[in-house]
Amino acid sequence: MAHIKVEVGVPGIRSLVMFRPETGKPLYELAQVLLRGPSTLSPAERELIAAYVSFRNNCGFCMNSHAAAARCLYGDEKSIVDDVLADMQQSGVSPKIKALLNIAGKVQVLGKEVHEEDIALARKYAATDREIHDTVLIAAAFSMFNRYVDGLASWTPDDPAAYAEMGQRMADKGYVIPKP
Amino acid sequence: MAHIQFEEGLPGIRGPMAFRPETAKPLNELAELLLRNDNSTLSRGERELIGTYVSSLNDCFFCQNIHGAIAGHYLECDISFIDAVKENYLSSDITEKLKSLLTIAAAVQKGGKKVTATMVDDARQKGATDREIHDTVLIAAAFCMFNRYVDGLATWAPEDRMYYVNRAARRAEEGYVDFDIHQ
Repeated sequence: MAHIKVEVGVPGIRSLVMFRPETGKPLYELAQVLLRGPSTLSPAERELIAAYVSFRNNCGFCMNSHAAAARCLYGDEKSIVDDVLADMQQSGVSPKIKALLNIAGKVQVLGKEVHEEDIALARKYAATDREIHDTVLIAAAFSMFNRYVDGLASWTPDDPAAYAEMGQRMADKGYVIPKP
Repeated sequence: MAHIQFEEGLPGIRGPMAFRPETAKPLNELAELLLRNDNSTLSRGERELIGTYVSSLNDCFFCQNIHGAIAGHYLECDISFIDAVKENYLSSDITEKLKSLLTIAAAVQKGGKKVTATMVDDARQKGATDREIHDTVLIAAAFCMFNRYVDGLATWAPEDRMYYVNRAARRAEEGYVDFDIHQ
């Protein structure tokens, strides 16, 4: 049961933004601009970073829903998502995305864990300043979203089908705040 | 030196804000709503103190100093009082309710699942409402983002703590959404 009185049967962050729509608005806007706005990283790649950070934060709701969105967006290459979650370094994802995921993993631990050599590696594989910036902010934002969702013990469905449906909606419509 | 090329002379989060205004907008709106909007039963000083404490746990020099200075401005106390809260809030001169909320914030800093029903019950017994508990968790979570954003890009932070104290009144007055990024 959630720590505060939220609507029963509404999962994860959706229940929290229905409880407090004022803060929900900038939170959804942030997710939309970071994960769907104009970028040289594809929405699939950005969802993968979100799923990877959520996995490292052990947030089942965010990990499952963003992994599902990433699978939808990767289409025929969807096995990349599960390969990265199983073992990022051994996965077949491109060297640039691997270097960005490495930075995201450092941010997940703490900001100061990102070192010059992590940035240099990303640059070696042609990551731009903007891509490095967005990777750090996506990882930082999910360090917030994961804590928000779990810190209030919001409902995390067990049924994988529930996430497949969520992932499809997130892939099709992006981040649209639910109406209370 | 910062990890990416920022405009020179902008301290802390202001570098990334100027670099990427599209993301700065929702980030600033979130800060304004959580920390400064008057539609809250927690005072601005109490909310800034929660942000300061989480920033100190995350070892973020820029955030703990600017938000500590703003908290000091609202609470009309000096920097040593803020330092005492950071060092041991349980023995500091703040309300029992705020202590119970700082316990929740500290748990959020470690990880969302570290918040227990016992902590939440304790806050309720000290008079905290659902909305105050919600906002405490979200403030703590948001600072786990802001701190990582500021340090993860190795932004510049002035070392002199008085730099922050001297700017607190202006920051409190102008708020988080409508300000000159260069001032």
